[in-house]
Amino acid sequence: MSSSDAPPVAAALTVRRSRASAGWALLGSELAVLFRRLRTWAMLAALAAVPVLIAVAVRITGGSSRGPGFLSQITDNGLFVAFTALVVCMPLFLPLTIGVVAGDTIAGEASHGTLRYLVIAPAGRLRLLAVKYAGAAAFSIAGALVVALAGAGVGAVLFPIGPVTLLSGTTVGVGEALLRLLLIAAFVVVSLLGLCAIGLFLSTLTDVPVGAMAATAVLAVVSQVLDQLPQLSALHPWLFSHYWLGFGDLLRDPISWDAFGQNALLQLGYVAVFGALAIGRFTSKDVLS
Amino acid sequence: MSDAAAIATSGLTKRFRSRAVVDGLDLEVPRGSVFGFLGPNGSGKTTTIRMLLGLVAPSAGEARVLGERMPDRGASVLPRVGALVEGPAFAPYLSGTANLVRRDTADRYAPGETRTRRVEAALERVGLSHAAAKHVRAYSLGMKQRLGIAGALLTDRELLVLDEPTNGLDPQGTREVRNLVRSLAAGGTTVFVSSHLLAEIEQMCTHAAIMRAGRLVAQGSLDELRGGSGPRLVVETPDASLAVAVLAGLGLGAEHTADGVEAPLSPGAPQPEELTAALVRGDVRVRGLAVRSSSLEERFVELTGEGFDVEQ
Repeated sequence: MSSSDAPPVAAALTVRRSRASAGWALLGSELAVLFRRLRTWAMLAALAAVPVLIAVAVRITGGSSRGPGFLSQITDNGLFVAFTALVVCMPLFLPLTIGVVAGDTIAGEASHGTLRYLVIAPAGRLRLLAVKYAGAAAFSIAGALVVALAGAGVGAVLFPIGPVTLLSGTTVGVGEALLRLLLIAAFVVVSLLGLCAIGLFLSTLTDVPVGAMAATAVLAVVSQVLDQLPQLSALHPWLFSHYWLGFGDLLRDPISWDAFGQNALLQLGYVAVFGALAIGRFTSKDVLS
Repeated sequence: MSDAAAIATSGLTKRFRSRAVVDGLDLEVPRGSVFGFLGPNGSGKTTTIRMLLGLVAPSAGEARVLGERMPDRGASVLPRVGALVEGPAFAPYLSGTANLVRRDTADRYAPGETRTRRVEAALERVGLSHAAAKHVRAYSLGMKQRLGIAGALLTDRELLVLDEPTNGLDPQGTREVRNLVRSLAAGGTTVFVSSHLLAEIEQMCTHAAIMRAGRLVAQGSLDELRGGSGPRLVVETPDASLAVAVLAGLGLGAEHTADGVEAPLSPGAPQPEELTAALVRGDVRVRGLAVRSSSLEERFVELTGEGFDVEQ
């Protein structure tokens, strides 16, 4: 520490605003920290590896008539690598990475002890929750885009690219097909928003991030298992994973938006409920970490 | 409680389950003071600080910081308060600079235009400029402590709350913290320092409060605290009974001690040289004579009973 006659902190600088800013800086910082973490890049790389593995496997074995979704069509058109990869990632890999990011939001800060410093900065507890949720949502976008774009990229390298025949039988050009791919990526992002809110809420319950991460991922699996049990069919439309694989409608002509709309409404409901729970829990919580 | 105080609490209480960790605290920290918050480990200092900063909600009572109620008015109070609470805490995977930038972005009153320069200035101030780009993971305990103090200095503060600021620092670092606190106080900042180290408080504070098992047992200026029992005359002599008689004649109520007598000195008492002369004239064989003001340590042990043991 410099000697006692050092000038007060930057005497010449403006050190305090007279009015509070809107607070976008914290969001910027959150995104910068999230996307500068090695862990984030490792997860995105793992997601990108899925379409690459699919494409390489199909290329080596020369294709197969069995397999999920559009696997059999890959040899004819590389764009189907992207569609297949999204179908493969949706049930497990994407929810797993969301579990890590959303479960870490509050509990991760608590485990480092940085939560108390953010709260007294003061970040504002509501604002902090909003920023953390936005971070998890941003990761959902990044995850879905990485799978879709890596799929399209590796498909273009290893297979011919051409007009795509839709599920309804009509054929669209490459440009339109790419647009449909982005629409499906958007559907995937929307599908994950409810899970992000669940993870955020679980993260406010504990100071141990691994616990919140695991619980979030487990819930994603449980929801899908329940969705498979015919005895619980009354429950199915309320499960947050119910429409996760419902993006086939976006590959029809004309596009059917029903599943997209229902899914968005359902996810909105989950965001509202678990967002409210997270707010109720976090704004009244004693920060003891 | 007065609004002029930097910190004022009344009946501040925190119970965890049924146990009162802080119990009916009436604290008053004058503006501009360097206030020492003393107490053995586990006496409720950190919980009090957490309540003052709005991290923990009080179970009962009220706390005012810079004249406004906490935690309700945190949004307007906290930007004016810099704090180090229960040790420094940083994201280990970020550099020192990145950690401070992140913390600064959370304060909506901290202007973004000057952020880089303010962070540099704060790092410079705690002597960490050379390690600014290193990941905090690679920092020593002392370096983290310095970075924690830098985090409290990112903008000009009206109040600094430093919880055990010299923890983990070497003697050189401890002295630097003392100098830093003095220079901040000279600039008009109120500094609230908690510590279990008496000597530290005695060297840098103007005021202090002493906690014991969740309760406040004394507070005031250091002189008031020391003077709780006033200066005492200590005479070393084999003629104790004779000395008691002589001192009684001068209006002093002396008592026997192991090797002589001791008497409290009221403000109007005769000067030590007059007392010496009177004792010698009275044929008391004086081996030694001294006026002692009770040290803060004696006072502390007197008030907390057992010194620095952890109380449950």
